[in-house]
Amino acid sequence: MRENNNNNDKRIINTEKIKSAVYNLLLDIMVNIDANTVRLLEKAYKNEKCQTAKFTLKTILDNDKLAKTDNIAFCQDTGLAVVFLEIGQDVALEGEYIENAVNQGVREAYKDGYFRKSVVDPLTRQNTKDNTPAIIHTKIVEGSSVKVNVSAKGFGSENMSMLFMLPPQSSKGDIIAKVVECVKTAGAKPCPPIVIGVGIGGTMEKASLIAKYALTRDTATPSKCKDIATLEQEMLMAVNKLNIGVHGFGGDCTALAVHIETYPTHIAGLPLAVNINCFATRHGSILL
Amino acid sequence: MQKICKIKLARASGEITLHFTFYTLHSKSHTLYILHSTLIKNIMKIKTPLNKKDLQKLKPKQIVYLSGTIYTARDAAHKRLVELLENSTEKSKQSSEATSKLPFNLEGAVIYYTGPCPAKPGEVIGSCGPTTSARMDAYTPALLDAGVIAVIGKGSRDESVIKSLKKNKATYFIAIGGCGAIYKNCVTSAEVIAFEDLGAEAIYKLEVKDMPLIVSVECKM
Repeated sequence: MRENNNNNDKRIINTEKIKSAVYNLLLDIMVNIDANTVRLLEKAYKNEKCQTAKFTLKTILDNDKLAKTDNIAFCQDTGLAVVFLEIGQDVALEGEYIENAVNQGVREAYKDGYFRKSVVDPLTRQNTKDNTPAIIHTKIVEGSSVKVNVSAKGFGSENMSMLFMLPPQSSKGDIIAKVVECVKTAGAKPCPPIVIGVGIGGTMEKASLIAKYALTRDTATPSKCKDIATLEQEMLMAVNKLNIGVHGFGGDCTALAVHIETYPTHIAGLPLAVNINCFATRHGSILL
Repeated sequence: MQKICKIKLARASGEITLHFTFYTLHSKSHTLYILHSTLIKNIMKIKTPLNKKDLQKLKPKQIVYLSGTIYTARDAAHKRLVELLENSTEKSKQSSEATSKLPFNLEGAVIYYTGPCPAKPGEVIGSCGPTTSARMDAYTPALLDAGVIAVIGKGSRDESVIKSLKKNKATYFIAIGGCGAIYKNCVTSAEVIAFEDLGAEAIYKLEVKDMPLIVSVECKM
């Protein structure tokens, strides 16, 4: 084992590239929502029986076309920028400090895209006026690449999210019941049809983090683990029996998809986080 | 100018629905006219100033197209409006100046819960869909008592708002959440009239044309 590993073995990446990735992704995702989501909305429109819900879905689909034609933000809540960075351990970063680079990408994108600046100090409520700082989650991974994953998280849906610290012997049925409870409480507030990110296990912050990460998966792409994929389907069916429907007008189109991520947890507990996204699922990633 | 006309025939609930979508591309800006012309007698055009008698005829889930003058206000602006209102009520016996401090006349006014995106150069406004109404629940009854005739947002309201709406014969319209681009195109003029320091949360006076809304008194909780 070599003790003095020198930088010659490293791949050098300038953080300017990370800044550009954040900038380009934000300009793109704010206008073009997840393509799978659009397909699911089209399918829902076709199947919808309630006239009011059908009208709502039609307007949503027209809004998608219009946002693309006019190149403007799909929804006025252009959210908080949530950035997941997966940095290969064989990468040496150079240039501006990485968090500053990410925030500069956010700052420029929100200005050039004419997006709403929604970030405030939590206590004084003073607006930072450039939508920074972003929420940045950094993870060191194997390899020599950097994956930049960006979401724009609106707060109508974020506000409806919940964390439960369940007893360790809770069954799958108990977990499903809690997710259903969360969606029921949210009702029409988070702009259904929603996409649900579920984090099961870990600690309180780990459960929340993986629930958020689950939402960066392309909508309705099942978990690679077969059992989890089955649980995702069971949860989706349970939630869609709530009769909340599109924007609360009733029917079985309350959620488009459930994405679950899991992590081992402690013998004494079972953290469960439910992070809700509206149908305007805005996320994208670039591999550097 | 280029005009594309799409006509779709769909059969739903045993009725035939016609959807016409006109995309008109002008040299400077793109305008989308959406005309959900349906054979169901469900769509009604209404204009401000709204009349309480006419509003009473509207049924839950009915689709309306609203035109006229409306005012934007969301969380921070609501807090300030209600504070101003409380001050003016206390002082009203002493002076009439207090009420004039309100940035617009609440009598018969329509309030839209939105915080728009900035306007691109040459445009009137940016994306401006509705925000979650429930956060305004604590302030809404006071504004309805002061004469506000209709409020526009998305999602359910609490009991106090529903009671106050009924008491004041006022209406809650649902705008379609997430559809910022559609609502942007309904706005023909926008002017900040108060609380400019609040940025996107400032009060805008908007002129709107055929804004698609859904009547909601009993949105599912």
